[in-house]
Amino acid sequence: MVKLIANSPFSKLLPKTIGTVTLTDIDSGKMTLVAPFKGQQKLVSDALKSTLGVEFPAPNRTLGKMPRSVWFGRGLALIIGADCPDLDGAACFDHSDAWAIVRLDGTDTSAILARLTPIDLRESTFKCGHTARTLIGHMTGCITRLGVQSFEVMVMRSMAATLVHELTQVAKNIAARPVISA
Amino acid sequence: MRLPCPLCGDRDRREFYYQGHALMLERPLRDAGDAAWDNYLHNRDNPAGETRDLWHHEAGCGAWIVVTRNTVTHEVLDAILVEKARV
Ligand SMILES: [Zn+2]
Repeated sequence: MVKLIANSPFSKLLPKTIGTVTLTDIDSGKMTLVAPFKGQQKLVSDALKSTLGVEFPAPNRTLGKMPRSVWFGRGLALIIGADCPDLDGAACFDHSDAWAIVRLDGTDTSAILARLTPIDLRESTFKCGHTARTLIGHMTGCITRLGVQSFEVMVMRSMAATLVHELTQVAKNIAARPVISA
Repeated sequence: MRLPCPLCGDRDRREFYYQGHALMLERPLRDAGDAAWDNYLHNRDNPAGETRDLWHHEAGCGAWIVVTRNTVTHEVLDAILVEKARV
């Protein structure tokens, strides 16, 4: 059989540094959306804990590094970076290659995202390990805080180039401000 | 305007889709008759004051919620998940 070459959704677009901010492509590997059936969330959470070491996350939270679980909406969790075990109490959907993930690092990351999303990103309310399903520009996606100046932004793979375009545009605007006012 | 999603917390109105009065949750029985179905499908009050309506947290967690708000003061009083609003 022909050996197919896996392409990143951001091939040729990332990495990129604009002003103080660096955008990098995150290779997430396997991704599975887990939707526990009614009343089964505890059982599913226990099964995930014993096989992958991460529980089913509480709303707006993420757990673990790799593998990790990310709350992905009402009754949904995304398991990233590992094969999902067989779960009797949940519907599981393969989302590998379905999402494009960018990591943002640098002093202006909050300022950049604040121009694109309506959520409150201040560190006092949106802490490390917090995640949100929200809008990024016109796209629905997910934002997770990784550190004081680090975030991860996830959108559907088909919108990868749009995400890079939006982030680049805003980053350029922000980087231009001190130059203009100087 | 911000709506207090019971799962996500206070979120911008842009993340929500507005459906209409929460009466939509009280579907009449099949044989309830024309008047009941006419009311259910077409007739709505236009209250000056408190009202309950359905919003979808479309660009957020995907939950349908019942929001109690005041059409005069624009105060948002309460929001609960539809799954909890239906008994
Ligand atoms: Zn929500």
